[in-house]
Amino acid sequence: MPGDAKALPQAVEVAVVGGGPAGLAAATRLKEHGVASVAVLDREPRAGGIPRHCGHYPFGLREFHRLLRGPDYARRLVARAEDAGVEIYPQTTVTGITPGPRLSLSTPGGAADMTAKKVLLATGVRETSRAARFIGGQRPLGVVSTGALQSLVYLAHKRPFARPVILGSELVSFSAIFTCRHAGIRPVAMVEPGERVTARSFTRALPRLFGVPLHLGTELVTIHGKERVEGVTLRGPGGAEQVLDCDGVIVTGAFTPEATLCRLGHLELDPGSGGPVIDQFGRCSDPDFFAAGNLLRPVETAGWSWHEGVAAGDVLTECLAGRLPAAERHLEIVVDHPAIKLALPQRIALPFSDGALTHLQLRVTRAAGGKLEARDGDTVVWSKTLSVLPERRLLLPLHDVVGKVRGATLSLRFSEVA
Amino acid sequence: MPDAPAETFDVTVIGAGVVGCAVARRLTLEGARVQVVEKAVDILDGASKGNSGILHTGFDAPPGSLEQACIAAGYREYLEIRERLNLPLLTCGALVLAWNEEEEARLPALMEQARANGVDDVAALSRAEILALEPNLSPRVRAGFNVPREYVIDPWSAPSVYLQQALDNGAACRRGSEVLGGAFDGETWELETSGGPLRSRAVVNCAGLYGDIVDQRLLGESGFTIRPRKGQFVVFDKAAARLAQSIILPVPTAKTKGVVICRTSFGNLLVGPTAEDQDSRDDASTDGATLQMLRAKGIEMLPALAALPVTATYAGLRPASEHKDYQVKARAEQRYVTVGGIRSTGLSSALGLAREVHRLLVSFGDSYRPPQQVAWPRAGVLTDYAERAWARPDNGGIVCHCELVTRREIEAALDGPLAAQSLSGLKRRTRVTMGRCQGFYCLGALSQITEGRFDSPLAEDDRDAG
Repeated sequence: MPGDAKALPQAVEVAVVGGGPAGLAAATRLKEHGVASVAVLDREPRAGGIPRHCGHYPFGLREFHRLLRGPDYARRLVARAEDAGVEIYPQTTVTGITPGPRLSLSTPGGAADMTAKKVLLATGVRETSRAARFIGGQRPLGVVSTGALQSLVYLAHKRPFARPVILGSELVSFSAIFTCRHAGIRPVAMVEPGERVTARSFTRALPRLFGVPLHLGTELVTIHGKERVEGVTLRGPGGAEQVLDCDGVIVTGAFTPEATLCRLGHLELDPGSGGPVIDQFGRCSDPDFFAAGNLLRPVETAGWSWHEGVAAGDVLTECLAGRLPAAERHLEIVVDHPAIKLALPQRIALPFSDGALTHLQLRVTRAAGGKLEARDGDTVVWSKTLSVLPERRLLLPLHDVVGKVRGATLSLRFSEVA
Repeated sequence: MPDAPAETFDVTVIGAGVVGCAVARRLTLEGARVQVVEKAVDILDGASKGNSGILHTGFDAPPGSLEQACIAAGYREYLEIRERLNLPLLTCGALVLAWNEEEEARLPALMEQARANGVDDVAALSRAEILALEPNLSPRVRAGFNVPREYVIDPWSAPSVYLQQALDNGAACRRGSEVLGGAFDGETWELETSGGPLRSRAVVNCAGLYGDIVDQRLLGESGFTIRPRKGQFVVFDKAAARLAQSIILPVPTAKTKGVVICRTSFGNLLVGPTAEDQDSRDDASTDGATLQMLRAKGIEMLPALAALPVTATYAGLRPASEHKDYQVKARAEQRYVTVGGIRSTGLSSALGLAREVHRLLVSFGDSYRPPQQVAWPRAGVLTDYAERAWARPDNGGIVCHCELVTRREIEAALDGPLAAQSLSGLKRRTRVTMGRCQGFYCLGALSQITEGRFDSPLAEDDRDAG
């Protein structure tokens, strides 16, 4: 509320950009470790992040040992942070980052500046828009992401359509079904360009359960309608096109880190993850900046992001105490297969010591099976035979993989078995 | 609504696109009592809603054409008035670049044409000179020349404030009123519109994509036929704006200026347009394959674009006709002026066209007395190259995070005689939802702020939910 807005401090020990699960967890942890001033800057009217408008279960198992809906989970995270002494500044947008570290801010009262000893970026992810996916057609009202749908339904209590098509079959696509059911919206189809449902197997029965016809191997080519959506053209597996009547499109998933501050600022970005380049401490290319949570990669659960935030809080505490080793040199992690979309951390500060990220996190672009190898030059330092699917967690224990490396790069190779 | 019009105006301007807005402004400032009538619920809803936002010098216009004369006059006047109206100007200049032998061979003739058009500060550039100016360009570029006074402006703030100035000085505007027919009795036009009857002593048809249809309805004939020419665009993220300082122009062909790369006033970088003839006057559809092609073309010229995300895509319809030049025709006996076939340079030429329309009305024997005091409204700051509302006190907080649009800006755009009547109108006035997330973060809040404001709301109330 603008009326009782707290005065922004000009300098803090740690500024946390983004008050979602990762940012709030890190800030809480920092206060628990006795760090004097920790400010969470959140651009929304209330902190809590994306769970604020995920009106469904399951949140909070890891953090609160109970099953919560998103909004309750978000409220508890905020309360816990405030109890720990974290200062949360809502409606505070970071408009730019510069070395220092220094933050440029906008609040309802105007522009401001803030300096910090260290900055943690925890700005999360969002879904890729219809425009960025080059879905053609007219531009009527009623084409929304799951995030927008949820904020309409759960925060604004509004219903943008009655019979939408859902594009995508990730976990979030099923959240879209839940959100629709909650608001009495009846999706007419779920359309997935891939040959299988992206989300885990137990969700696969859901479309049928809810009576939503599933179209696999199908692309959404064109959106029709001048004022409002009137239909979509679908192109099926054989290339045949059909027009489907509907009054909306939910463009789900294909998450991308909200890395605008890095992109417009001075931090190095990884084209694979879409997030900042980090080492095992979550430290960015400018070592005064750290990153945690879904800004690092698309996309993990709230619980996972919270866990990364806790670890970031530990590392930042060490850093403020001068106990974090500066990198003498870096081991670069090189991805050497087109099916591997990303690997993070992108580099390892040497000499090696354990950091916030205990595992190398990988994602693949398509279903693949075979042998994954980590090579130090010609030497295989780690290998495993596995079968992976897109958007699934793939973790390699960092200590085992990089502990033995002598060279300057570690390359990840994948030998596929048909 | 009464059946008889309350007042007989001096002039009715049909169409609130960029040309209609500029004409209404000019005639009002000359002292005419003007009413603007617009078919759509909001202004700038036809051809004017999708263009490249360039203020052209007219260097490549046909010498001696009306188009060339109006661009030159419009350009001059924009520079004269833009500070008083608080309109932005990116003085970036353009480079006309040849990418193959054939294009290179045409450069000297184009430079000669530029000089013939009074754009005499063009200068030939070698490949090395081009790459020194624009180091991110592909080294495949062969040669080119610069046009230092090609600039970037805001394609919506400009016409909006032209019309606002007309209204502030006594003009009227009626939106959501389509001209269906009319008759001239030798002195007065009686217009039949979907919003009721209107009366005026003269009519100026600035109906853009519907210019020929309005002529048909009012005169029974038209000297041209509109054949819409679609242009699709791809807009890259703001980080891309660092990659090219200048407007990157191709060697134009007879049909089109070709695919341009240029920064926008809003801080993005756009690639487009295509030139696709079509029948529909209102279907500005994009298609995936063409958008991919545009992105590839952008990357071909500016390889670093490959790593940058796309923010938006759109298409505009240009009111092209079978004629190359503008179709401006005065019919003194009917006190009627047609301003038609303004195919792609309307944003640059509008103020010049408006002076031409005034000259024609005077040639009918009309004389007006300019007002003694002229009000000069100021456009809101939407450009990324100046201080925006979010940096100032009491802005109400940011609602649209990608474009940093504040609550006060949105409220202001929903208020006043030209209040936004649709989401697209609100977008043009404030930039809401036009950024990289395209509404992911702010649609919920926006649906609440705009509640009850639009004929076509963002969403229906759902009191059972949540």
